[in-house]
Amino acid sequence: MVEVRADAGQGSAGQFHDAAQRRRADQVGMWLFLGTEAMLFSGLFAALLVYRIMYPAEAKDVSRHLQLWIAAANTAILLTGSFTVAAAGVLLRHGVRAWTALCLVVTGLLGVLFLALKAMEYVIDIRDGIVPGHAAAMGSKALFVNLYYAATGLHAIHLTIGVVWLMGLAVVVARRRRPLHAHVHIAGLYWHFVDVIWIFLYPTLYLMGRNGT
Amino acid sequence: MKRELIHRFGVYGALLALLVLTTASAFLNLGAFNGPVNFGIAAAKASLVYWFFMELRTADGLVRLAALSVIFWLAVLLCADAADWLTR
Repeated sequence: MVEVRADAGQGSAGQFHDAAQRRRADQVGMWLFLGTEAMLFSGLFAALLVYRIMYPAEAKDVSRHLQLWIAAANTAILLTGSFTVAAAGVLLRHGVRAWTALCLVVTGLLGVLFLALKAMEYVIDIRDGIVPGHAAAMGSKALFVNLYYAATGLHAIHLTIGVVWLMGLAVVVARRRRPLHAHVHIAGLYWHFVDVIWIFLYPTLYLMGRNGT
Repeated sequence: MKRELIHRFGVYGALLALLVLTTASAFLNLGAFNGPVNFGIAAAKASLVYWFFMELRTADGLVRLAALSVIFWLAVLLCADAADWLTR
């Protein structure tokens, strides 16, 4: 029979041999979930890649009409959020709970700012005639426009979940004394992953056709 | 703790520098290389986030394997797609 160490489980069923094994299981489980998320987005990226190969001129034409500076600002906002959530992990490891909660709240607010700018961008896009589903008016450009809305919309949904998750976690970190390192790390992995998705959406959607070619 | 925070801030600074670089490069006429440069910089940014912010640097082998398998299967999908369409 395997001897179970005193630090096993940490408040849950004692199926783990020790805390390190539990931490590893937490992280591998989260990475497997992120793998399924990557597969979800990969269909959109693959479609955008094929579109770019088949219709390079149309892809550039739509891309240069998208709001590059809002997207660039939003990229900077997400990268800042990744820094603050990484800082939250460091601060919690050193027991500075109030600052950890503050970093999580700041990250959540940066997510809200991203969503607000994205909503503003959609309004400008629609005003400029970049409307989803107008195949008759836009011809082969319609597919790129639809993929733009599908990809950024799906990303925005994920970011909204991240905002709610981090804000809720901030309250829990501020109120409770029990160990929450794994919770903050796992939520951080999710946030960083949503950031990585955007890092690739940015050149895929916005950076084509900007040099006049 | 202070050293760790400064380290994370340094990674953040590098990410912002890469953002400026990729945005600026989009306005230069690099011929066929605009796309590869932009996606190369995106890959560099994602690597920084993966390695430092997602703490793969200090993660053990199994966690790294799970994380890298995500990239591997994505690469298989996108490379197979591109190979198909570019060679028709």
